[in-house]
Amino acid sequence: MNDYNFAYLDEQTKRMIRRAILKALAVPGYQVPFASREMPMPYGWGTGGVQVSAACLVPEDRLKVIDQGADDTTNAVSIRRFFERTAGVATTGRTRDATLIQTRHRIPEEPLTRDQILVYQVPIPEPLRFLEPRETETRKMHSLEEYGLVHVKLYEDIARHGQIATSYAYPVKVEGRYVMDPSPIPKFDNPKLESAAVQLFGAGREQRIYALPPHCKVVSLDFEDHPFEASKADHACDLCGSATSYLDEVIVDDAGGRMFVCSDTDYCETRRDAGHLGRLSASGPVTTGQEDAA
Amino acid sequence: MTGGFADPSIQSAWGFRAAMMAMARPGDILKVAGAQAPEPVSVAAAVLLLVLCDPETPVWLAPSHDSVALRRWIAFHTGAPVVEARGDAVFALGAWDSLLPLGGYRIGTAEYPDRSATLIVEMNALRGDGAVLTGPGIADAARLSLPDVAAFRANRALFPLGLDFFFTCGDRLAALPRSTVVAQAAEVV
Repeated sequence: MNDYNFAYLDEQTKRMIRRAILKALAVPGYQVPFASREMPMPYGWGTGGVQVSAACLVPEDRLKVIDQGADDTTNAVSIRRFFERTAGVATTGRTRDATLIQTRHRIPEEPLTRDQILVYQVPIPEPLRFLEPRETETRKMHSLEEYGLVHVKLYEDIARHGQIATSYAYPVKVEGRYVMDPSPIPKFDNPKLESAAVQLFGAGREQRIYALPPHCKVVSLDFEDHPFEASKADHACDLCGSATSYLDEVIVDDAGGRMFVCSDTDYCETRRDAGHLGRLSASGPVTTGQEDAA
Repeated sequence: MTGGFADPSIQSAWGFRAAMMAMARPGDILKVAGAQAPEPVSVAAAVLLLVLCDPETPVWLAPSHDSVALRRWIAFHTGAPVVEARGDAVFALGAWDSLLPLGGYRIGTAEYPDRSATLIVEMNALRGDGAVLTGPGIADAARLSLPDVAAFRANRALFPLGLDFFFTCGDRLAALPRSTVVAQAAEVV
């Protein structure tokens, strides 16, 4: 296959990461420190997720990697190739065929099953970091369950904007104990954090691993009079017509033409293959926004 | 010195996948293979030692399992130091009665609850009946033939501190993290 150890990392590193994963599963939502390694890709490109995936992969796995829902973007393609080369695992774009999915900033639309593992790439694992920059303090706040600041932040959103303006990396409380950053997934995805799959979170630069076991209780923080809302663009997908999936807005010309498409490329393709049509489906390749003007 | 993995990288990956799924889904019983430590250590316990232990993880051996042969096996295959005090251990191995009392193990600190011991409990039988488990990782309720109930309840009361457990019997293993709520079967109608 090649001259790398299976899944790139040496065995001692994998053991260290594996022990951290087990403790993370035992204390859901708590960030376990780990000795993150230099990876052959820069910080910010998923080094945390890659290390967690490397520690979890078995040769029989079928790996899917998504970046903002898409299988074909640079980050997803390079990580998929990395594991094809270093672990020799099969890869797929199909959510339902995958046994391990590494993701940057999305949860697939299709509900995950108990035999799947979802690995998140996390940039800033500490939900309190932008409210309190000192690690010594945030650690104390977690230990004392002192989460008033997060509610103040959400309250300030309401005071300023009339609603909770936080739209991604929306903080959640896990099993009534730890407040956790679900990574910068859109808040539309927050309800999907309660899943049958095992969910692991890896932050390489910040050296933290945390986890959600299956069926873990995950509550998005809110107020009685401003309940949490999983929002999305108020459109249907222009390619597959789905009214329930999370959408990307794409500018298609210089005249203000735009379209909305599913962020989850596999979900969208599967629907189109099944014959579902969107607003722009019949018009062939989309090059202009003329439909809007007509 | 025999009994180690023939293909450490791959067999460790398989062993860990089973250990992780067991810890993620308390009550699930999974099969492992590939390691053989000196008597009376089970295959499953030997796999856990090989997958998880190295020079950074002090191991404490309960009297039921402590032997020169096992100490040598652990030193040769994992490099883990075998310690004399259970309070120094990251992993402990033994039969349930021999591992007691649980009070002496590290349960982590308020700021670092992960710095707690993991106990590998060797069982004569491991079945999906008996005590009722609920909590993270469990859809409704699971059942597992635990050696005790009160001890695991007391451990749960320490959450987020506390001990985490693997139960091993032959080539099968299950796990009970500190987050699981344990009840007697009779208490659940």
